[in-house]
Amino acid sequence: MTVTGARVTGSALDRVDGPEKVTGRARYAYEHRPRDVAYAVPVQAAIARGEVVDVDVDAVLQWPGVIAAMWHGNAPRLAPSAAAELAVLQSRQVAYRGQYVAVVVAETYEQACEAARLLRVQYEERPHDVALRVDHPGMYRPDHVNPDYPTDSSLGDPEAALASAAVVVDATYATPAEHHNPMEPHAAVAVWEEGGLTVHDSTQGASGLRATIAPLFGMPPDRVRIVSPYVGGGFGSKGKAHPHVVLAALAAKQVGRPVKLAVTRQQMFAVTGYRTPTVQRVRLGADGDGRLVAITHEAFEQTSTISEFAEQTTVATRMMYAAPHRHTSHRLVRLDVPTPTWMRAPGEAPGMFALESAMDELAVACGVDPVELRVRNDPERDPESGLPFSSRNLVACLREGARRFGWHERDPRPGIRRRGRVLVGTGVASSTYPAYRVASRASARAEPDGRFTVRIAAADIGTGARTVLTQLAADALAVPPERVRVEVGDSALPKASTAGGSMGTASWGTAVVRACEALMDELARHGGAVPPPGLSAEADTAQEVRGQRKLARHAYGAQFAEVGVDVDTGEVRVLRLLGVFAAGRILNPKTARSQFIGGMTMGMSMALLEESVLDREFGDYLNHDLAQYHLATCADVRDIEAAWVEEDDPDLNPMGSKGIGEIGIVGTAAAIASAVHHATGVRVRDLPIRLDKLVG
Amino acid sequence: MNGEANTIRGDAAAPAPITSDLRLSVNKDVHPITVDTRETLLDTLRERLDLTGSKKGCDHGQCGACTVLVDGRRVKSCLTLTVTVDDREITTIEGLAGGDSPHPLQEAFIEYDAFQCGYCTPGQLCSAVGMLAEAQDGWPSAVSEGDGPVVLDEEEIRERMSGNLCRCGAYPNIVEAIRRVAP
Amino acid sequence: MRPFGYQRAASTRAAVEAVGAGDGAVFLGGGTNLVDLMRLGVATPHTLVDVTRIAPATIEETAGGGLLVGGGVRNGELAAHPLVRRRYPVLSQAVLAGASGQIRNMATVGGNLLQRTRCSYFQDVTKPCNKRQPGSGCPAREGDHRNLAIIGHSESCVATQPSDMAVALAALGATVHVEGPGGPRAVPMPGLHRLPGDQPQRDTVLGPGDLITAVELPPLPLAARSRYRKVRDRASFSFAVVSVAAALEVAGGVVRDCRIALGAVAHVPWRAETAEAALRGAEATEAEFTRAAELELAGARPLPGNAYKVPLARNLLVRVLTDLAEAP
Repeated sequence: MTVTGARVTGSALDRVDGPEKVTGRARYAYEHRPRDVAYAVPVQAAIARGEVVDVDVDAVLQWPGVIAAMWHGNAPRLAPSAAAELAVLQSRQVAYRGQYVAVVVAETYEQACEAARLLRVQYEERPHDVALRVDHPGMYRPDHVNPDYPTDSSLGDPEAALASAAVVVDATYATPAEHHNPMEPHAAVAVWEEGGLTVHDSTQGASGLRATIAPLFGMPPDRVRIVSPYVGGGFGSKGKAHPHVVLAALAAKQVGRPVKLAVTRQQMFAVTGYRTPTVQRVRLGADGDGRLVAITHEAFEQTSTISEFAEQTTVATRMMYAAPHRHTSHRLVRLDVPTPTWMRAPGEAPGMFALESAMDELAVACGVDPVELRVRNDPERDPESGLPFSSRNLVACLREGARRFGWHERDPRPGIRRRGRVLVGTGVASSTYPAYRVASRASARAEPDGRFTVRIAAADIGTGARTVLTQLAADALAVPPERVRVEVGDSALPKASTAGGSMGTASWGTAVVRACEALMDELARHGGAVPPPGLSAEADTAQEVRGQRKLARHAYGAQFAEVGVDVDTGEVRVLRLLGVFAAGRILNPKTARSQFIGGMTMGMSMALLEESVLDREFGDYLNHDLAQYHLATCADVRDIEAAWVEEDDPDLNPMGSKGIGEIGIVGTAAAIASAVHHATGVRVRDLPIRLDKLVG
Repeated sequence: MNGEANTIRGDAAAPAPITSDLRLSVNKDVHPITVDTRETLLDTLRERLDLTGSKKGCDHGQCGACTVLVDGRRVKSCLTLTVTVDDREITTIEGLAGGDSPHPLQEAFIEYDAFQCGYCTPGQLCSAVGMLAEAQDGWPSAVSEGDGPVVLDEEEIRERMSGNLCRCGAYPNIVEAIRRVAP
Repeated sequence: MRPFGYQRAASTRAAVEAVGAGDGAVFLGGGTNLVDLMRLGVATPHTLVDVTRIAPATIEETAGGGLLVGGGVRNGELAAHPLVRRRYPVLSQAVLAGASGQIRNMATVGGNLLQRTRCSYFQDVTKPCNKRQPGSGCPAREGDHRNLAIIGHSESCVATQPSDMAVALAALGATVHVEGPGGPRAVPMPGLHRLPGDQPQRDTVLGPGDLITAVELPPLPLAARSRYRKVRDRASFSFAVVSVAAALEVAGGVVRDCRIALGAVAHVPWRAETAEAALRGAEATEAEFTRAAELELAGARPLPGNAYKVPLARNLLVRVLTDLAEAP
């Protein structure tokens, strides 16, 4: 396909699922109501480590409406699985506080809640260890980091280069655990019918979830169906299978009825993943003009005792800036905590906070403008792999952003601008995110009535995938988008990759375009007429994706922040936020802008508000609700804008696009932290930047 | 609400549910219904009346996704016990449109892309309708200055809509959509 | 939630008797805190006595220029009332600084005063808490107490009282009218809430069956020059980290009179009587305000994780008073 002359792609088409969403007709997972449904409410471990000795199931079974109560002692056995988090009720062991230890099923939600509340669980408690620290004796080197990057990387002799560098920045940064908190809590409605299982789940990947769940119940994948047409946000927390899905299916199987299970907001803090806290040491060595000679970036993170998730925190540092001497590493410690997972830009978001903060510190140390410093260190090729970039327009983003933001009038001196009782400062940071693409399948069908149906087990978790795939299909089929219906969110559709890694549009879009092209060929063979039963074609992009040229493919961006810091209270408010991105071709400027701004908003929230507070005594995340875990509100987001530079990159995919779902969160926190430094002279190296770090 | 501590007692046996027969008026339809006193309006709407447009985001009044209108005022249906509103008129997202034509806010939300995943959207819309009525009545907000009539500029809308969280970060578009519809 | 009975009281007297009997019945107002606590398992009442249809919901002028605010008045209506805004701006501002529009439409004046602490440990029934379960311990002292009390706390409890409105009412010296099993009585603010001591389970001086029927705002001309300022982690919809309610009367550069209360620093809305005394007759200057604030906070005993609240409260107090003094 050539996108030249395309009519719909690139236009600001309204979301095709808008009418369903604004009228309340869009049904999310928990809103499916099979006949004779029962309600399951899980019970979570009240200890951080130990064993479940007994659960007084008999007592609750006497209560009105209670149908079943399950724990390890009476639960059906699942097939063994490598995914230890999914082996729900398969062991007496408690690996973290909040792990599921039982489930109650009752006729009504109220009855199930009350029975779960009063279910007596006896534990044998053992001492726990939940505190992440760099000198933990259990720190180890994982075999690789997510998804399959080398754990460490080295080039040249960074120690020697640092020792002789004219200017050295050596700083340690910390980011807290953070929880995704999509607005729709995780939920599953499980129905067993004719030996098969259907689960209405809130998931980012119906195909992947099916492949994970089916073997647990000893079934081939085609006996399991995952349905998830609408997903109320995910941000990574709905990327992998979580134990509630298994628990719902187990419960439904046990009681012989459909079962609904909603994970509560509080429960989500233990059982649906989170971003690992990190401690990161960054060392930059440069000459007097700020030209880097050495970069080292070491990250320390946590995982659980039952499953390893190693975030790729320092991976972006491997290609951001030129320097002959380099080193990056990741170390992990297994603690008695829940297993972390992907959260929007896993790796890049915390990693770039550290690297970009250090770059700002270097700019100050060298007396070089922070925009100029980044321009000066822009590499020709990927500095570690030596691969050419498919396209790299970081410098254009920095320049364009500086122009729009009015950066050139900036006085670099910190702590000198006041508006009334507010200190004002500005900061900049780079953004980046890889342009991944993986194999997917899709089908396209010409209906006899002149309409077209495109099917793919993709997920629209709010990204606008349904809309953009409609645009792509319309152009590939050379029809207006009103005549195209795109079906997503169902594992019965052609197998597709998970909505993650900002690779949805690249992966699914390729499959949709190829399926539509194949259909056009079929139509041509039929003389352009659709035969009475309709006409279908399919595509599988495995070969195309496998055959793509080896290049360094990344999107880039530059974020500019202006903050005000109250001199009396230390309250920080972001007055302006501008992101300029280079992410290939923008396929829908309306939904793309929303994606960028949404990511930047989450980045602002990360910078100023978000922290999951670990309770060392009890081992759980203490602030486990939306009153205590602060997300940005409407009032926190003032003047925020996203823009992009033209980028023509033929080495990506048929659309020429790079993923845009995650890059918006990358660099935001560093830009804000640098702006806070510029405003106050105080460098905050541990997020979030709350008033207690600034008041005095 | 007497300030005394209430703690879990060692209940020997769970008492049976206590129910109440009501006539619930939702979107001008009257529903005769028997409810458990423990049912929240949100759960009654979603689980009993199949009005699933109102969303459960936190179940503790901390996110706003469950916002509905009770006698025209916006409230959190997750903190409202159904037994307490049998003599009220309830309006949900399903009742916002007038007949076949959408509410102007619904159209503006689509036009200005004021949502992404859509889960907070019904609550945002009901909240916006209630908020416009409050402003019309001259109610101030935390950012209002002076005693004059309310002028719904961006700052006012942002503050007044802060009880509705949106994790996708559609706030600027929500504000713009409301501003376009506000008088 | 445990199953509970629900009744609508026919009269104040009937409501008081129903709850005063002490068999697990509690009053239900707006429900914004009670229903929340019931779902958490923190509150497990046997019966809810809905008082929203009988609690006075009017705001009336009293002789002498005060206001009588019915206990059933919703927060949103209180904040919007023209006389409240004109005579007691601090009260309107405090209410508007709290919660969200939806919650203000539900919450009643009586219920707002009686809302319980937002301490994480209190809200988690799987953990000890002396307030929830007397004698079980207070993990907050060693654990997370970033937003807990710096003054007036005890070994057994470091919780804070979360109401913004209560801070304004404490500054204004409002009177809380209570109908109880023993008849009506009046409780002056501050004085409704109590310090935790060794009975942190008791938030207030009220007993079972005591129903707040009204809050009386005294005639207080200086309150026309008053304001509430709330510091919080995010820009809206969150509890205070520290707040200040203050009214100030200045003549010829000298403080004639003032009313000051601090929020989110103690188990009670903290009336700053020491600062008030230090300021009456003092010059209305930033230096004097600072001196008064430091005197008031001399008794603060912060924990390691909330020491920042002391300079924060000082700065905020100085700023609010300075702004009031400089206001046209």
